[in-house]
Amino acid sequence: MKHVKTLNTQTMNNNMKKSGCGECQTSCQSACKTSCTVGNQTCEQKK
Amino acid sequence: MDVYSGAVHVVDDVCYDVIACLNEREEEHTADTLKEPSVLVDLRKGFEQRYKEDEIKDALSDVIELTEAGQLFVKDTYECMIEEVKKRKTVVKALCLHIAHDCNLACKYCFAEEGEYHGRRALMSYEVGKKALDFLIAHSGNRHNLEVDFFGGEPLMNWQVVKDLVAYGREQEKIHNKHFRFTVTTNGVLLNDEVQEFVNKEMDNVVLSLDGRKEINDLMRPFRNGKGSYDLIVPKFQKLADSRNQERYYIRGTFTRNNLDFSQDILHFADLGFKQMSIEPVVGDESDPYAIREEDIPAIKEEYDKLAKIMIEREKEGKGFNFFHFMIDLDGGPCVAKRLSGCGSGTEYLAVTPWGDLYPCHQFVGQEEFLMGNVDEGIVKPEIADDFRSCNVYSKDKCRDCFAKFYCSGGCMANSYNFHGTIHDTYDIGCEMQRKRVECAIMIKAALAEE
Repeated sequence: MKHVKTLNTQTMNNNMKKSGCGECQTSCQSACKTSCTVGNQTCEQKK
Repeated sequence: MDVYSGAVHVVDDVCYDVIACLNEREEEHTADTLKEPSVLVDLRKGFEQRYKEDEIKDALSDVIELTEAGQLFVKDTYECMIEEVKKRKTVVKALCLHIAHDCNLACKYCFAEEGEYHGRRALMSYEVGKKALDFLIAHSGNRHNLEVDFFGGEPLMNWQVVKDLVAYGREQEKIHNKHFRFTVTTNGVLLNDEVQEFVNKEMDNVVLSLDGRKEINDLMRPFRNGKGSYDLIVPKFQKLADSRNQERYYIRGTFTRNNLDFSQDILHFADLGFKQMSIEPVVGDESDPYAIREEDIPAIKEEYDKLAKIMIEREKEGKGFNFFHFMIDLDGGPCVAKRLSGCGSGTEYLAVTPWGDLYPCHQFVGQEEFLMGNVDEGIVKPEIADDFRSCNVYSKDKCRDCFAKFYCSGGCMANSYNFHGTIHDTYDIGCEMQRKRVECAIMIKAALAEE
């Protein structure tokens, strides 16, 4: 593509099927305790 | 960014304009509809003064390719999952143990009122702590990883109980096939070699509270006698961070309207040698002189921009550091179920007071209408958990059209409650800042990808 550079190698809907194991960290518990930022959490399945 | 796929594209001007123009048409685009000849004709007509015909054709062809690949104009396929999310069975997987409702500092913005949480000073007993860990294990279903944060007030003021509870947890995790991830949040006043050694052995993460430059820190984080805390705690934090190999900790500050130039405080952290940092906006009543006001938003956004640019420079110089709110994983990150269900407070995450009462999270402690139960009887007001479980990005009107909704997942329910009297709203100033932080996080990725 001449006009576009895509930054991700996979997108959100690709991981729908295996989603929801619940092993990941609760969102603000052990880093900030103030602002809920889910998007920067790590998925336990990919560790 | 394509909201529903999470795909992030860096595009040139012609492609940007083509996508914007298609977006304005408010039609549902698919690869097939975009291939209709009228689309190209209309685009050419619209941009004939600005771009060559071939450029527009090429850009549209890229747009069609992305749409075919499910990376652009992706429809919302998540809203239909929301009933499932609301009805889902949740288990408790994290506790915030208020090990000490007392503090040796008197921070002026403390939401916990110098550790006392609108109540009396108290230390959690070993017995209550044990019951809390038993409660967690009993209500955690099949979850293997369980998180326990030792919080306060100042948890080091009840250090022996922290150590005893960690020992108890390590014993119980073997019996029940669980794994405890312990963390501690401390102001550092009582930090010493013995504490450091224990923390490094047992704690998955440690949050170290410091606001930044000496004058900024000491203005808001004095001892009870008014003296600043910076000089005492900074060397201890530096030593601890180094002893953990600059990993698995956060130096965490709060910014207020006294330091809207907070990027200077972050850089101060970096200059002190810290690599993992977080600076949070203070949340306070509008009448508090230090509270962030709506009129401060433009300055704060500018500050985030400034910080992002500096971080890119430092990264390129090999002197990079992590800022919690600019961390973003574009290649996956949390799953959709997680993004839809939010932070977990009131359902997966609970706070426990020194005397064993259960609240939806640390921010609600002391607000009696949110008292959910206690470690002896468990949850006695399941309706509170149900209310928290029903709260998500689709239950909030303000989230509906927000591009960042799958990054904050509806935001902090405590902030919403404090400003609007309901958990089902959003803290508007917080939303503005959150959107800016996501924007900056993406900008950093894009800039570094260009290298």
